[in-house]
Amino acid sequence: MILSKSVAPTVPDYADTSLRKRVLRRIKNRPTTRGAIVLLGILLLLALFAPFIAPQNPHDLASLSVMDNRLEPGSQGMTGITYWLGTDAQGRDMLSAILYGLRTSLLVGLTSTAGALAIGVLAGLVAAQFGGAVDAAIMRIVDFMLGFPSILIALVLLASIGRGVDKVIIAIILVQWAQYARLMRAAALVERRKEYIEAAVNFGLPTRHIMLKHLLPNSIGSVLVISTISIASAITLEATLSFLGVGVPVTQPSLGLLIANGFEFLLSGEYWIAAFPGIALVLLIMSLNLVGERLRRSFNVRG
Amino acid sequence: MRNPIIYAFVAGTCLLSAPAWAQSLKIALSSEPTAIDPHYHDLSPNNALAMHIFDSLTKQDEKQKVLPSLATSWENDGKNRWTFKLRQGVTFSNGQPFTADDVVFSFCRTLKNETAIAGSFADITGNFTAVEAPDSHTIVITTKAPDPVLPNFLSGVAILSASTLPHGKLTFDVANNCGVTGKWPVVGDFNDGKLAIGTGPYKFKSYTKGTSIELERNDKHWGPAEPWANVTFVPVPNAGPRLAGLLAGDYDVIENPAARDVSRIKDDKRFGYVITPSTRVIYFQLDVEREPSPFVKTENGKNPLKDPRVRKAMSLAIDRDAIIKRIMDGAAEPAYQFLPTGMFGTLPNPPKISYDPAAAKKLLAEAGYPNGFQVTLATTNDRYINDSQITQAVAQYLTQVGIRADVDAMARAIYFPRRSKKEFSVAIGGWGSTSGEASSFLKQWPATPDEAKTIGGSNYGGYLDPEFDKLIRTAIVTLDDAKRSELLQQAGTKVIEGGAFIPLHFESSVWAYKSNLTYLGRADQFTMAMQVKPAK
Amino acid sequence: MTAYILQRLIQSVLVLLAVSIVVFLAVYGIGDPIELLVPPQVSAAERAAMIRRLGLDLPVWQQYLSFLGSALKGDLGTSFVHGVPALGLILARLPATFELVLLAMSVAAFIGVPLGLLAGLNPESRPSRAIMAGTILGFSLPSFWKGMMLILLFSVFLGWLPTAGRGETVFILGVPTSLLTLDGLRHIALPALNLAIPNMALMIRLVAAGTTEAMTQDYVKYARAKGVRRRRIVGRHVLRNILIPVVTVAGMEFGSLVAFSTITETVFAWPGMGKLLIDSIYHLDRPVVVAYVMLATLLFVAVNFFVDVLYAALDPRVKLTGDMA
Repeated sequence: MILSKSVAPTVPDYADTSLRKRVLRRIKNRPTTRGAIVLLGILLLLALFAPFIAPQNPHDLASLSVMDNRLEPGSQGMTGITYWLGTDAQGRDMLSAILYGLRTSLLVGLTSTAGALAIGVLAGLVAAQFGGAVDAAIMRIVDFMLGFPSILIALVLLASIGRGVDKVIIAIILVQWAQYARLMRAAALVERRKEYIEAAVNFGLPTRHIMLKHLLPNSIGSVLVISTISIASAITLEATLSFLGVGVPVTQPSLGLLIANGFEFLLSGEYWIAAFPGIALVLLIMSLNLVGERLRRSFNVRG
Repeated sequence: MRNPIIYAFVAGTCLLSAPAWAQSLKIALSSEPTAIDPHYHDLSPNNALAMHIFDSLTKQDEKQKVLPSLATSWENDGKNRWTFKLRQGVTFSNGQPFTADDVVFSFCRTLKNETAIAGSFADITGNFTAVEAPDSHTIVITTKAPDPVLPNFLSGVAILSASTLPHGKLTFDVANNCGVTGKWPVVGDFNDGKLAIGTGPYKFKSYTKGTSIELERNDKHWGPAEPWANVTFVPVPNAGPRLAGLLAGDYDVIENPAARDVSRIKDDKRFGYVITPSTRVIYFQLDVEREPSPFVKTENGKNPLKDPRVRKAMSLAIDRDAIIKRIMDGAAEPAYQFLPTGMFGTLPNPPKISYDPAAAKKLLAEAGYPNGFQVTLATTNDRYINDSQITQAVAQYLTQVGIRADVDAMARAIYFPRRSKKEFSVAIGGWGSTSGEASSFLKQWPATPDEAKTIGGSNYGGYLDPEFDKLIRTAIVTLDDAKRSELLQQAGTKVIEGGAFIPLHFESSVWAYKSNLTYLGRADQFTMAMQVKPAK
Repeated sequence: MTAYILQRLIQSVLVLLAVSIVVFLAVYGIGDPIELLVPPQVSAAERAAMIRRLGLDLPVWQQYLSFLGSALKGDLGTSFVHGVPALGLILARLPATFELVLLAMSVAAFIGVPLGLLAGLNPESRPSRAIMAGTILGFSLPSFWKGMMLILLFSVFLGWLPTAGRGETVFILGVPTSLLTLDGLRHIALPALNLAIPNMALMIRLVAAGTTEAMTQDYVKYARAKGVRRRRIVGRHVLRNILIPVVTVAGMEFGSLVAFSTITETVFAWPGMGKLLIDSIYHLDRPVVVAYVMLATLLFVAVNFFVDVLYAALDPRVKLTGDMA
């Protein structure tokens, strides 16, 4: 059967169990993955409950004191507060700043990746499916977007609609969707020329059905490989925009902005300003990627 | 030594090569000059570079005091006429002698300068009604309005060699091309060095945009010979890599290492550094005109910045010393006026603004804002040293007395166009005095704009004080130094009392270098090879 | 094929046109360049003269049309900041960026593809998992931070390599290159490594994913059943099959690196195009930004075109026809 490949994927090992059980079993099997899930869970909880855990509200300028700035980890502040991870140039408690920054980074990374993925996959799929003028139009828009410098997008948004986390998310979506579109189209084009799709077309199945039920699930794999990584790259892009001075507001630093700020203090020995947010960022991205990778492998049963 | 001849020979070569340091110098710059053409754009990096290759009639020393250069002396007739006596026996690097013709030629060029950015020296020479050369080494300049700071400004106008263009008799007749028959050069013509002919201590060697500018010693220079045969400027815009390059031995001198990083070289015997106060003042400009102001929110819907008590409260709420200590790492001086004490026209004892949050709260209550108000401070994040951090610190201090301050930090590309459209309520500003006189700030920022915008061009906050306007307008056309100084002091006092500008500090410049060198820092923040000498 | 190329050419021109309009408007939308160029103390008359000279007094559409007019004659305008032709300014920086990216991509491919194969063939082995974990690190660290770390390690602590600049160059066919001098290589090493690391990670992941997938495909199973040697399977069947995504991504990455290796060039003061772009954006030097983005778009259009042609060469199932039917 030609269609068996997509309609009823061959499931050699776990043919007797449901998909969900399989995924769970796979995940539980691996200690690294288990560790990553636990870590990611902890980070998500920390981000979610940051306002209740953080010793200080780093977004509230009134609670910061310049006289407490750039203190070493474990220092005692003027008001008696202990800065376990030190303070930054503004006197912000690094621990609190990291907890809040985790929130901002996760928000930016997840939202913008989801947005870019949705737009990009759809655009790529449509381009591959319809070909001709539609394909040409979409792909030239992709060329257009890839040639457009991200900092210019961010600056224009900043100048026209002002500064804010939401504007950064829009900028990142605008920058990143084109890559997905291109990858998705490349994968879908290959898939579309396979016999089972041709057979489906000959069967007279509706185009939407072919696109969503056959083309999408069978060609999204390589895009998802990139997308697990791209939450990381979205967070990195946000950090880079912040480094260039066009990112999130300075009074509400993300992990990226904290690292960018700490960049200035590497040579003067105040390592903690860049190091701790850096560690938090790496932990976040590592756990995101490990979990994402595992999920992909589990769902992508052919692989 | 058995052979006396060899002995003599060896001794001779030792003498010839004795100054082992007399070799090359590599300087890392934080910002690159945009052109070699000295009349192209009046920017610090451009002007600093120009001074290596070119001389001007006058020059400013490291404290911005005016000294003779190509002019040996000058005098003024009490009104509009200035007579400059030119230095004898000076030759350009191409061997041509320097005469009054070159001065006329250079002044003409600033006005026949197709590619120049507006305000680049044409605003100085455009004020001349006549430039005459009664003999080959005298120049008589007549200005439209009396210009007491003309010698200061002439220190920036580089003198080119008239021999680089075909010409007949040179006169200051701009309408008739000044007697030049060739095509006036544009900015790109200087980049290969053919036109970069000056009388300065160095000669142009090569220029690769973004990579390096190479100079070599001008052996025909009229002044004392420079110790360096070759000088290379390398642009390294980021402070971290710049300092790292010094530590790794790639550069001999670097400009503007971050002050906080100085701790890294403080105890290192291989390096030295110098911190020099500059004339650049950092301040906040308040919107004292509009009602209401766009970025202020109050319960009564009014603009509290119009109330002098509120302005005073804001100034008192800021701990300048803490900002200098904790954010500027000591590389700044607190500012209680707008040019450092001791410079021309400044107050000898400006009233100290001490940090007094209690008094600030009291003043706010008196003004009818016991619960404060909301305000957004606008700042650049890529223009002044630590600009965004300073503004955040000020916001913290304001918040502590009840003024809930937020910070909007943006790139200069967004900030400056917005500020000129008066889009802010409280905006950061920075001003360095090119003339070294107090008039520079006073006529530009607090003055009421005149029609031609020659004064008051930056009065974005709508500050209005007729008495002050009278004082500053009189001061800038008063040639008598004592009288002008007096007028500028009175004008300065008015602005300080007005409180529409909250001064924070004067930036200091830092240079770091290998310990076999010395560096004499300049108040105008210029980085020049002439400031570098081998350590004794 | 000719029809296809012609069609792509027309499309490319349209893309360039659209890009030029959008960038033109974008830079216009950020702010007025006069405020950055002209010091505030300049009189109103002089300022107005300058605005007229740059043509900024005209309505935007007129400015754009006059730009388009000269662009058709090959003149992309004169830099506001430097006063020299924008195109020359950019092209003078091209060799530096090109050699940097070339070296970085070569390093990424030569290390990334073998490591990816290794990781993909035995996905469960310890070294493979170490490699895959390493790739995540390679992505995780922002470029500026990584660059600074490289400088700290190799220049400051070890003192092996210089921190910034391009070093000695020699001319090959009139193009300056630092790949042929020791000093030049020492200078290019760190920025190239900094650019190579994330791309290496990307290559490894793509190749590993592709290999793992290919190894389970029927043709590999058949080949194995037939007793074809493993090395031959990998070399002939697997590698060829995974090349498509690798070539796609490598092409895209090459393009975006040439156009936007901004951060690396900024951190290492590498005198390439990316640095010029960022400086020009910050100074609202519109002619340079517009010319730059148009060139970058041209590059992407070209790269995508080549990738599409390569597809056809690598995968006979993809046909290049005018209507992609």
